[in-house]
Amino acid sequence: MSANASNDNVEYPRTIFIRRHSVVTRLTHWLNVFCLSFLLLSGLQIFNAHPELYWGHYGANGDPAVLTIGSDDDGGTPSGFVRVARLQIPTTGVLGVSNVDGEPTARAFPSWATVPSFQDLAAGRRWHFFFAWLFVSNGILYLGFSLLSGHFRRDLAPKVHELSPRHLGREVLDHARLRFPGGEKARHYNALQKLTYLAVIVLLLPLMVLTGLTMSPGVDAALPSLVDIFGGRQSARTIHFITASALVIFVIVHVAMVILSGTWNNIRSMITGRYAIQEKGPRS
Amino acid sequence: MSRLFTRRRFLIGGTLGASALTLSGCDLLDQNANVANVLRSAEHLTLKAQRLLQGRDALAREFEEKDISPSFRVNGTSAPDSDEYIELAEGNFSAWRLKIDGLVERPREFSLADLKTLPARTQITRHDCVEGWSAIGKWTGVPLASLLQLTGLKPTAHYVVLHCADELEKTLDGSGRYYESIDLVDAFHPQTILAYQMNGQDLSVGHGAPLRLRVERQLGYKQAKYIMRIELVDSFSGLWGGNGGYWEDRGYEWYAGI
Repeated sequence: MSANASNDNVEYPRTIFIRRHSVVTRLTHWLNVFCLSFLLLSGLQIFNAHPELYWGHYGANGDPAVLTIGSDDDGGTPSGFVRVARLQIPTTGVLGVSNVDGEPTARAFPSWATVPSFQDLAAGRRWHFFFAWLFVSNGILYLGFSLLSGHFRRDLAPKVHELSPRHLGREVLDHARLRFPGGEKARHYNALQKLTYLAVIVLLLPLMVLTGLTMSPGVDAALPSLVDIFGGRQSARTIHFITASALVIFVIVHVAMVILSGTWNNIRSMITGRYAIQEKGPRS
Repeated sequence: MSRLFTRRRFLIGGTLGASALTLSGCDLLDQNANVANVLRSAEHLTLKAQRLLQGRDALAREFEEKDISPSFRVNGTSAPDSDEYIELAEGNFSAWRLKIDGLVERPREFSLADLKTLPARTQITRHDCVEGWSAIGKWTGVPLASLLQLTGLKPTAHYVVLHCADELEKTLDGSGRYYESIDLVDAFHPQTILAYQMNGQDLSVGHGAPLRLRVERQLGYKQAKYIMRIELVDSFSGLWGGNGGYWEDRGYEWYAGI
């Protein structure tokens, strides 16, 4: 009876490292984080200059609004509100009215959410357009690389069987129970990840760029069909805001998932590319 | 486990701390001249890219009567308060003259009646404010190009400067006087007109009587109101703040196509 003979049938837990993210994916990911952070904060600064959204070609003070972030000042203490269609929600302290140097002040988004922190539309625009160019260049680099290298086909395109309602339903349940794939299955994105990342990459981010461009009178003269696609400059502005909100929600869920499914392993894989997988196999 | 926990706390704390630093750092960066120059480099890129896409003559969309906004917000100055302007307005601008001078071959003056005898262009266009709102109005006026053909340009003329009657900010040195400038590509664009009518009526004081610029591929602050004088220059660096316009001197882009 030799020890070796019995050991051959036993599977030992072990950690192996795979290369999860290519250097281009990692680089463009973090540059994207950087750009989107500045775009969001300077975008809120720009929004504050006219904190009301409309639908159609035109819209200004007095026209029917889709969303208003405003303030009332009857009775001495200002109060902030958000109004969506006819529903008005009090938001004093955060939206509409927030503290500036300890004083309640009328401003749509609070100073901690804008770049620069003080009201300055001209500066907000400079930050926004600089990072918009950087973001678009970075995006083109990523898209070009991902198409040519097969990243889309190999890693992001869902397999047919993954799209069955049964499979998707099980993944939703697993996610809700915070059960994340391990072992062999952890080598690839699951279907929910693939669909979410694809939605962000091919839908939300391009929509941000296109609605942003539609707000430009110069671009509208060059590409008039953009205005038709979104139904007007003011509709484009509203869609720009809604899409940005969707991206913020995506980031919150994305970061939560990163933390819940193995913070350090996930972050390391996006920095160094190395991703640890626990699996069982014969002792090597 | 406890090691993981502290590591996680460190990461979260670090991220929050870093974002707080970034935020307060942004204000410092915003005031740094080098950073400002880097950020401004995007404006040049935007101008080049838009001109490439547009070509010289791509037109801004023209709308129909039914699309005109029910109300058109008066922005900037609502009534210039200089004695000179008030007197002109009381006389229904019959004493007003538009001077065109600077780097032109034949400096000229035009009365409002003179301008109205020249071939006019009417366009229903969308006015886009830099703040984000838009309004649609109908404008009638003389194409700037036809006036510049009458005066002729010296070869060194590169920019058209519009000097206005309104003082948007009260200052001792008069640097709060409104002015704007456009280059020759926009000056000779078919939709660039000096409008004396809005929505079929003489321009109101609120909207820039007696004459305002419409340069339809740019934002609202380029649409100078209360025009008194048009000056052709080779560079606007010698005017007021040197940036080519009232809002440009206050940090806004000279090229307002976005």
